[in-house]
Amino acid sequence: MTQPPLIQLQQVSFSYPGSANSILDQVDVTMDYGQRIGLIGPNGSGKTTLLHLIMGLYLPTSGRLLFKGNQLNEQKDFTRLRRSVGMVFQDADDQLFSPTVLEDVAFGPLNLGASPAEARAKSEKILADLDLSGLADRVTHQLSGGEKKLVSLATILSMEPEAMLLDEPTNNLDPETRARLINIINRLDIGCMIISHDWDFLAETCQDLYALEHGRAVYSDTSCLHIHRHAHPFGDHPHKHEG
Amino acid sequence: MKFEQFSQGTSILHRTDPRVKIIGTAALCLVIAPCQNLGTALTGLLIAVLLVITARLAPPLLIRRMLIVNGFNLLLLFMLPLTYGGQSVIDFAGIEFSRPGFFLATLITIKANAIILIFISLLATSTVARLGHGLQELRLSPRLCMLLLLTYRYLSVINQEYLRLQRAAKLRCFSPGTNLHTYKTYGHLLGMLLVKSWNRAGRVQQAMELRGFSGKFYSLHELAITGKDVILLSGLLSAAVLLIVVESMP
Repeated sequence: MTQPPLIQLQQVSFSYPGSANSILDQVDVTMDYGQRIGLIGPNGSGKTTLLHLIMGLYLPTSGRLLFKGNQLNEQKDFTRLRRSVGMVFQDADDQLFSPTVLEDVAFGPLNLGASPAEARAKSEKILADLDLSGLADRVTHQLSGGEKKLVSLATILSMEPEAMLLDEPTNNLDPETRARLINIINRLDIGCMIISHDWDFLAETCQDLYALEHGRAVYSDTSCLHIHRHAHPFGDHPHKHEG
Repeated sequence: MKFEQFSQGTSILHRTDPRVKIIGTAALCLVIAPCQNLGTALTGLLIAVLLVITARLAPPLLIRRMLIVNGFNLLLLFMLPLTYGGQSVIDFAGIEFSRPGFFLATLITIKANAIILIFISLLATSTVARLGHGLQELRLSPRLCMLLLLTYRYLSVINQEYLRLQRAAKLRCFSPGTNLHTYKTYGHLLGMLLVKSWNRAGRVQQAMELRGFSGKFYSLHELAITGKDVILLSGLLSAAVLLIVVESMP
């Protein structure tokens, strides 16, 4: 018997309460263990809503959501999913609320029942893995935008998830931090579902692609994705491209 | 905005268990606040000064903060003798100053200084996070603790959002004046701030729940009462008792 996929959406439709038109219309999306999926689509096409549905922040209006082959119907069913699937929000300020970086990274493990000593050890290890050890005692709201993004990634990874959902992770990142993020994601051996308008970023991190448009999800592999080169001023001066 | 300017340090008060400091502060302040006796207030101020010395805080910061508080007290010292009335008056340059009014203003000034110094030396020497955790350990309602911690965390975010909106208005040539347009603009600005904060609160809650939050904060720092904590707590409580004795003396 083959193992059921990690996450499966079957014919999922969703409309926000009080709204007549459905933002997602009979969507089928499957995510396997370790699979890298890019999610593209115009603004307002329901990409973030799709991630929120997977995490159980909203319940589908119709259709089925399966986690490791088990159907999730109500809020409490999602507790198990949230232990193994993490989500990185678009705005890192939504995610970082503890006074110091180390405490924020330890927040998840403590909630999952780790002792303070275990949580501290786990968090320190993740920060070291991501080369962020220097930030451990910094105050979260004083970090730079790029640092906040990398730290919010650490706060999810410290929970040792089997998959991670990322909502537009490269927004407002400088090229260096963006390259660092690509490097981190490619070193991970967990599944990722990434919303992005940054095609080059998706080409470097994902194998599969879903395009959301008019409420439908269309699958394609990333063979159509290619690194995009373009002319830019001062292009004839010696310079190097990261990533 | 700068926060927690006094929380970093190595003095004994910085290292004390936050629960001890919370109980000590509550005991001392609850005795000093209602006292009617100048002697009690002065003794309270003396205790507060001793605590500040023990906490070894940076004098410039401390002085700046005390100046802000005493600006308000100065107003009282000026207003109360003029408005309090009563039989006993001091006649100075043709203006009648009330003696009880002057006494009251002095008493309030001394009490306010004593209480603020106690807060600075005992509470401000812990981070807000540790105080919140201490309050939670003292069985204060978890909701109130959460309110304290999250308010603290998001003050600066809300402040930044406010500044962003204000900057956006300014860049479109908004200059505040005494007119309806200004009031409307500020109304919209505050309204937008409220909506944004509300939305942000929703997103923060979602992010927390997705990381397994279920209403209780766990802290990385385990609280443990040491011998020194017990000694300090008994010292602080004895000081409060001393103040009661002084107050009840004829």
